[in-house]
Amino acid sequence: MKLDAQTPSGPLPEKWDKHRFEMKLVNPANKRKYSALVVGSGLAGASAAASLAELGYRVKCFCFQDSSRRAHSIGAQGGINAAKNYQNDGDSIYRLFFDTIKGGDFRSRESNTYRLAQVSNDIIDQCAAQGVPFAREYGGTLDNRSFGGAQVSRTFYARGQTGQQLLLGAYSALSRQIGLGNVEMHPRTEMQEVVLIDGHAKGIVVRNLATGKLESYAADAVILATGGYMRVFDLSTMGLQCNVTAAYRAYKKGAAFANPCYTQIHPTCIPHTGDYQSKLTLMSESLRNDGRIWVPKKHNDDRPPGQIPEDERDYYLERKYPSFGNLAPRDISSRSAKEACDDGRGVGPTKYGVYLDFADAINRLGKNVIEQRYGNLFDMYHLINDEDPYKVPMRIYPAAHYAMGGLWVDYNLMSTIPGLFVLGEANFSDHGANRLGASALMQGLADGYFVIPYTIGNYFARVGAQNISSDRKEFKEVEGQVDERIKKLFAINGKRTVESFHKELGQIMWEHCGMARNETGLKKALERIPALREEFWKDARVLGDTEGMNVTIERAGRVADFLEFAEIMCYDALDRKESCGAHFREEYQTEEGEALRNDKDFAYVSAWEFKGVGNKPELHKEKLEFESVELATRSYK
Amino acid sequence: MNVTLYIWRQKNAHAKGKMEKYEARDLSPNMSFLEMLDVVNEDLITQGVEPIHFDHDCREGICGACSLVINGRPHGKQHATTTCELRMRHFKDGDTIYVEPFRAKAFPIVKDLTVDRGAMDRIMQAGGFVSVNTGGMPDANAIPISKKDSDTAMDAAACIGCGACVAACPNASAMLFVAAKVSHLAYLPQGKVEAKKRVQAIVSQMDKEGFGNCTNHLECEAACPKEISVKFIAKMNREYMRSSVVSK
Ligand SMILES: Cc1cc2nc3c(=O)[nH]c(=O)nc-3n(C[C@H](O)[C@H](O)[C@H](O)COP(=O)(O)OP(=O)(O)OC[C@H]3O[C@@H](n4cnc5c(N)ncnc54)[C@H](O)[C@@H]3O)c2cc1C
Ligand code: FES
Repeated sequence: MKLDAQTPSGPLPEKWDKHRFEMKLVNPANKRKYSALVVGSGLAGASAAASLAELGYRVKCFCFQDSSRRAHSIGAQGGINAAKNYQNDGDSIYRLFFDTIKGGDFRSRESNTYRLAQVSNDIIDQCAAQGVPFAREYGGTLDNRSFGGAQVSRTFYARGQTGQQLLLGAYSALSRQIGLGNVEMHPRTEMQEVVLIDGHAKGIVVRNLATGKLESYAADAVILATGGYMRVFDLSTMGLQCNVTAAYRAYKKGAAFANPCYTQIHPTCIPHTGDYQSKLTLMSESLRNDGRIWVPKKHNDDRPPGQIPEDERDYYLERKYPSFGNLAPRDISSRSAKEACDDGRGVGPTKYGVYLDFADAINRLGKNVIEQRYGNLFDMYHLINDEDPYKVPMRIYPAAHYAMGGLWVDYNLMSTIPGLFVLGEANFSDHGANRLGASALMQGLADGYFVIPYTIGNYFARVGAQNISSDRKEFKEVEGQVDERIKKLFAINGKRTVESFHKELGQIMWEHCGMARNETGLKKALERIPALREEFWKDARVLGDTEGMNVTIERAGRVADFLEFAEIMCYDALDRKESCGAHFREEYQTEEGEALRNDKDFAYVSAWEFKGVGNKPELHKEKLEFESVELATRSYK
Repeated sequence: MNVTLYIWRQKNAHAKGKMEKYEARDLSPNMSFLEMLDVVNEDLITQGVEPIHFDHDCREGICGACSLVINGRPHGKQHATTTCELRMRHFKDGDTIYVEPFRAKAFPIVKDLTVDRGAMDRIMQAGGFVSVNTGGMPDANAIPISKKDSDTAMDAAACIGCGACVAACPNASAMLFVAAKVSHLAYLPQGKVEAKKRVQAIVSQMDKEGFGNCTNHLECEAACPKEISVKFIAKMNREYMRSSVVSK
């Protein structure tokens, strides 16, 4: 396997322009000859499918929800970044780029991150033109707020439902193309495998989740925009159906998986309460604009928060990071919460919680202002916890949230399988070891609206239209393999529910490959995961049959993949003997407990190549070269 | 706490369905309603019985997937709440709870409590968009929009497309859904350009899909988890009248 990032030469700000000029074009009249399959209808998939169809390519789009509008992107709350500098507060493309590279602890590819910042402004223009109702000022211009890891206000938002509004924008563009007959939409359809012909991705085999039937689709290229893999932890902020299947099966077919150990644990989520719990609810990071995070100074302090006097409170983020305070980046905030709780100063019934307190903000600004800014989040908190956050501080704790890792892609967003492109959270490219808030929406839309429309044309023009039929033997073979695997799952006929395996896997990963990792723990996980997997294949219970809708077989397929995928996460975390961003190896920290990066030995992207189930995958390294930024110690003090 | 459930089971679109009885025991009041169903399902699987199928994903009230009629009301009786946001503390120990799918001619049942709401997507495909291609858009601040209009557009855009309005309506009308979509774009300058064409296309698709007429029962507004106001229906009617006058 060879990793060639295809980074264009020349100065950073000119690379994308130069590349766009050098790429081959498909002439408008010939575009109808090319077809693309877009797997995923979140921000990345919907924007890509719509944009490609507008250009004249023939597109089919797939998602497992009953409607493309329900992709997981819908749940994003806080906002989307762009370097508009509307606030005149010193923002610029370079600053957004720099904040993102620094936020990612210098573990992302400079050229990709710079391009992201470059196209960020076009995204906002595009969305406004589609009718996305962003928040506005009284003068009619767009409003901004601040997010973690930045000292400028560059985040655009639509109440507490930015993701839904942006997705509805992309969904409306996609709907328009479906209505015009340029996109064929397949909801309730799950991709099972990518089909390769002469080494190129030329189609997919899917399972229709409503009928249970397997179907094959051929095209000139395949795009995966299938989202992140954080459900490997079972409990996370992600939608319950999110899974790693599409990306993982592509990995088994030869696509390298990059940086799987870079997993973001979000600092502001509602704490875990009981075994029955199915997901952890995020409280948007935007709350940290006005909320202050604290724990009691005393250990095991059981007094209600209102009775703990000011001087007995530890506003630990403000104390440790005076210049960023409560807006310190996510990895740092999460780890600080864990430290406080591990130290016996956590709050709430489980003692794994910290306060997010709005009393000062309410005094300063009035309840009305706070209600206007965060009303729906406060209501949601109240509903879930039966406590009124206008009166008592919220209790929050970190939860698994976002996957920085993903399939390896080059500058063109193509994986190591030619013709297989990967967009959005499913790829690894822009956020390094830690993603800043409001940057995922930006990246998904950048990839779909403004990158893939160019780079896929270049691929098409180079390989030519092939008009492949899904009747070819390669498709039949893969369909046969998928069918066999499904039959194998039914045949286990065991006693334990699939859900219980997922929960156990999640516990293993949270304990050993979560917010803090060490060699002993990771090695233990690498023993426990294969054992659990073996038990799964002996004792899992899959009911019903292949006809019609069947959630037990859907889940079994996904959990089986997580049980394999979890291992590469641990291998990656074990290999990376440094702490960077969200990857915190306890052995590598400064005296003050901060992450200790090792640029000399680890300034690379880890790209793992599949070598058989249960075998250690092979590590390939893409060395990260920094032309424009200096690798500094990341400081938010 | 314990509750008794009567749940609609139906193998597929063509099979006959019926209510089946289940007991859910040792529940925590902090559980969500769907977590309670998860517990029931885990039990069923352990007994070798196929679990109850229902749509869900985000479990925080935003994706619009969850779609249960609980004790006769879409998303249950709690105001402004989706099914997934309901907690067991909203019920009493010993309660009997009836759970059915969102029923409407335009929403055929797929299995158990899962229905096909593709009709709503097709309405959007008919006209629920601004016809702009990707790229070359004016600066987002080039067209100022009054805060009032943009907030009103946002109020309408908050619709999560769950279909509770349809399920609540005695005529199974999709009027509130459609009105929210039309109004969202009609309040914004970007949407005004095609406003007439849009409302015509959307309304005509709505009729084709077999949704009923609106006869002002207002059950839709009461059931809407996002509190979409029926004032948008009035707005849409105005838009529709205007477009009809022009098109004649
Ligand atoms: C609660 C929450 C809040 C967030 N808030 C913010 C925020 O404020 N700002 C920000 O920038 N980011 C935020 N994020 C992150 C951001 O929402 C996601 O990273 C982003 O939306 C991912 O978009 P995507 O298009 O890559 O994937 P997704 O939206 O996850 O879409 C994946 C798509 O792939 C489909 N799919 C997956 N597998 C298959 C398969 N095998 N076959 C067929 N289809 C498949 C799914 O059906 C879906 O359509 C938040 C995330 C969460 C969980
Ligand atoms: S599951 Fe998403 S709204 Fe209920």
